[in-house]
Amino acid sequence: MFFRRVSLSRGISRETLIGWLFVLPALLMYAVFVLVPLLMSIQYSFFRWDGIGPMTWVGLNNYATVLEVPDLLGTIFNAFRLVVFFSFIPVSLGLVVASVIHRVATGRLGEIARTVLFLPQVIPLVAAGIIWGWLLAYPGLINQVLRAIGLGAITRAWLGDFDWALPAVGFIGIWVLLGFCTVLLWTGMTRLDSALYESARIDGAGWLAEFVNITVPLLRHEIGVCLTVTVIAALAAFDIVYVSTAGGPGNSTAVPGIQIYILAFTQQRIGLASALAVMLMVMVLVVILPLQRLSRETHYEN
Amino acid sequence: MKRKISLILSTIVILAGVLTAVPSFAEEATPSCGTEPVTLNAYFETGFDIPFKLAEEFTAQYPNVTWDIKQDQFTNLINSTPRLLSGDNPPDLIRLPTMVSFAKQGLLKNLDDYAAAFGWDEWPVPQLNQNRVAEDGTRGSGALYAMGLNYSLTGIFYNKELAAQIGMTEPPKTLAEFEDLLAKAKEAGLLPIMQWGSAKSGMGLAFPLQALMASVGPVEPINDWIFQKPSATIDTPENLIAAQHLEQWIKNGYFPPDINAIEYTDANARFTQGEGVFIFNGDWQNPAYDADMPGNIGFFLMPPAEAGGSPAAMSAPLTFGIAANAKNADCAAFFFNWVATNETARQINVDIGGSNPGGPSGLEMPTVAEGSVTNETLAAGVVVGEAGTSMDFIANATSAIFAQGWTPELQKMVGGRQDAAGLLRAVQAEYERQLAE
Repeated sequence: MFFRRVSLSRGISRETLIGWLFVLPALLMYAVFVLVPLLMSIQYSFFRWDGIGPMTWVGLNNYATVLEVPDLLGTIFNAFRLVVFFSFIPVSLGLVVASVIHRVATGRLGEIARTVLFLPQVIPLVAAGIIWGWLLAYPGLINQVLRAIGLGAITRAWLGDFDWALPAVGFIGIWVLLGFCTVLLWTGMTRLDSALYESARIDGAGWLAEFVNITVPLLRHEIGVCLTVTVIAALAAFDIVYVSTAGGPGNSTAVPGIQIYILAFTQQRIGLASALAVMLMVMVLVVILPLQRLSRETHYEN
Repeated sequence: MKRKISLILSTIVILAGVLTAVPSFAEEATPSCGTEPVTLNAYFETGFDIPFKLAEEFTAQYPNVTWDIKQDQFTNLINSTPRLLSGDNPPDLIRLPTMVSFAKQGLLKNLDDYAAAFGWDEWPVPQLNQNRVAEDGTRGSGALYAMGLNYSLTGIFYNKELAAQIGMTEPPKTLAEFEDLLAKAKEAGLLPIMQWGSAKSGMGLAFPLQALMASVGPVEPINDWIFQKPSATIDTPENLIAAQHLEQWIKNGYFPPDINAIEYTDANARFTQGEGVFIFNGDWQNPAYDADMPGNIGFFLMPPAEAGGSPAAMSAPLTFGIAANAKNADCAAFFFNWVATNETARQINVDIGGSNPGGPSGLEMPTVAEGSVTNETLAAGVVVGEAGTSMDFIANATSAIFAQGWTPELQKMVGGRQDAAGLLRAVQAEYERQLAE
């Protein structure tokens, strides 16, 4: 009896141990590269620090100072404008494209379409940024095409125009994120019960009716994930903006991510940059948490 | 003092043709690379060949010295320098984008002892001045924290063919004459000035703006502002006139309409392909211009507003420093000295760098290929040296004044969203905000 109990508890502890061992590498990476930097950022945000010398405790001063950064509200506003391009358009367009691929192009064609749409996720963004810079330049290909089809009047330096730079950056964002959304939503669609569609078709439902009444409601979970990821990409945007405009012209595409980068690395004001980063994180959480709850509720319904 | 400087500088040139002075250093105490194998740990700027070629030649002459060269883009270097200098393997030699904060943080080696040992102190004064940092953090005087591998000069390059088309037979002597040429170019259907202006490259209109500032006003207040002298301001009546000229140029369509999206490399590519009569740039671009538009490229300094006044120019050292904890500081210092004094090194500097190699007065200036625009920039450098009207770049006043001040505000001016007075006010406010930290 005693013997058995020991061996049993040993067995459980060994299983648990093995489980933890499997999780350990990922957990370590997560701790070292996500949790520790996160906590360090929060710590730094209470100090005045140039990144090298001694740190001086300044309490909440950095949070007050960061609000005085000129155009800070403008950069936050820009980030929310990017949500339209990085999130709403790729998700809604992705739904349509995925649904078309799912219904029409089931064979080799669908595979090719998915691969092509997903490619931007694989191409290094810096290279893509340079190429987009050329395409969108005043003498660039996009303007050449516009001139060729008689739209010469609307040609402009897309990334250098105060009104058009942000939509142009947004367009690059659509290009990057559409494939991700499409593939994720398409995968969700393949999971849906085909009997639902069959019965709908027997009832005479067209593509639109199927799309509105079956696909979208049942994909609420996937749509929630897509929205979450892309909204974060928009609000915490840095890379796409940095490689295409670096915030120009005249701060018209500046976003908090760029501000943080300049504060931390150009100005060596680590504390101030950390304070802005923490504020950005809070802002992202405030926007994301309701979205999360939405998709979780659907999950339970399912 | 200024007169003395110009006297010394002018003697360089006068003596250059006559004398071939051999620098003589005290045999015993001068630091060197020794005879044991040395590996210099260096960080250079991507896209600029000159330090790489100099390093190659140095090893050819001193085979015990090898190099471990890392390179990065200038904008990345700005951000990584503090970590490199304070890291475990501090560089023996590093391209310095800015230096005041690093000097104050004790990350850079104080080079005063080397200056004394090698006799750099006796070199014409302006060469070392920009690399001196006083204890209060102002530049221009104090301890020496960096050396220039060469000394660049900025001004106006022009496409000779296009200039002939608008009837320019000789460089303009006054600002009014220059503006007359700009108007003629516009009338002739040519682009008067090609310039870059994207935020990624940094707004190139800072070049003509500073040239205009020095054309209509004195250079001292501009340098004081750059060196962060107490209560210095960029928002002066003279600078307002300069900024108004620039605003008028923009309104007149003297710059490309897409300037806010043009990168530095694209502006130069378009200029060499014949787009634009003029471009404001520096002599580091000489070799590329010579190669891409041989015989068709000319240079002149920004003319003064008043006839007979002295032209001024931005002229800055290609600044390199030694980390405070560098392992081979002596060898790096010896390399600095070699670059400025060795005949082959000076030749490389002129041929590949396109800039003045500096060094002690009395050294012969290397010969330049016939027809190279480098002849014109070197001659212009003499004029600026004599007049004592060289300036550092207004974008170097603080580490972020370019990214957070000049670039966005000038871009707004292009977009019609900022005027001359507002530009200077906004940049001054940003300057004070950054210095307040």
